[in-house]
Amino acid sequence: MSLLAVTVLGHDRPGIVADTTAALARLGGNLEDSTMTLLRGHFAMLLLVQTAASVTDVERALQGLAADGALAVDVREVPDAGAPTTASTGAPYVLSVHGADRPGIVGGLTGVVAAAGGNVTDLSTRLTGDLYVLLAEVALPSGCDVVALEQRLRAAAEELGVDVWLRALDTDEL
Amino acid sequence: MPALPVGAVLPVRLAPDRLLSTPGEAVDPRDPQVVQLAADLLATQDAAPGCVGLAAQQVGLAWRVLSVDVSDHPKARTQHGAFVLCNAVLVEATRRERGREGCLSVPDLTGDVKRARRAVVRGLLPVTGEPVVIETDAFEAVALQHEIDHTDGALFLDRVAGAHALHARQTYR
Ligand SMILES: [Zn+2]
Repeated sequence: MSLLAVTVLGHDRPGIVADTTAALARLGGNLEDSTMTLLRGHFAMLLLVQTAASVTDVERALQGLAADGALAVDVREVPDAGAPTTASTGAPYVLSVHGADRPGIVGGLTGVVAAAGGNVTDLSTRLTGDLYVLLAEVALPSGCDVVALEQRLRAAAEELGVDVWLRALDTDEL
Repeated sequence: MPALPVGAVLPVRLAPDRLLSTPGEAVDPRDPQVVQLAADLLATQDAAPGCVGLAAQQVGLAWRVLSVDVSDHPKARTQHGAFVLCNAVLVEATRRERGREGCLSVPDLTGDVKRARRAVVRGLLPVTGEPVVIETDAFEAVALQHEIDHTDGALFLDRVAGAHALHARQTYR
């Protein structure tokens, strides 16, 4: 058995998820973690599949998806690290940034987080009109000076003319 | 609420207008300009369908003045009708719950935000300057916290609960 990462990318249409997962099921693949999103009509999906089939077998099984050129499919073997990854263990925070759209917002702010040893575990951005919003969940290493990080984020945000907030992500244990 | 002059419906500023990010200055609630702003906030809020609150920043002034009116809203329990507060501060906030918020200044997005469902807010009434303490719950508590944030120069975008807690507003045209 090996763990394969399958990426499907391209123009959205009904049935992509069904077609992809049915083909993988026929190969005896076991779907583990997956995520899918639509960005302005562009479909993107990443699946982790545990399977005895080879990369070539899976590529062949998914050939039909890519046949008309509207979708690109990529299959590759990835190391099975198990869950959760060490990179995402750390204190969880939400970074929110918003302001007028301009190049460099995501790179500028996530660069400050990375320099502090923080890891982005989830991210989404939206542009509506002239308003650009970045939301990122970041795991900060133990011993991270959060106050100093906030100061550096604010300085970077000021240079970009945007607002930034860093808040502890609170989870309700029920 | 003391009687107010006739209010004007003002244009509402939209993000990323920097004024929305500017913390408000404390005001004198007896100042005729503040009294007029109080009337204008209520008139502007009244003219926007579904709008339950507004802050000075949204109509172009970085002042600590907000209006709330959750009258007859289905999610409201305790309600104090239409009112304006100057220099309002949140003094107690408990029972935090997640809810989906929108804002007249961010028309295309909604977000999941955690806010207290019980709140005590202190402020001054316009015209008389009378200090008031508002104890409320449910939707009115949420609305007050949202508007106090505006007077601090913050938007609900700053409090969204996670990377996937922001949503495109469903529009039916
Ligand atoms: Zn608002």
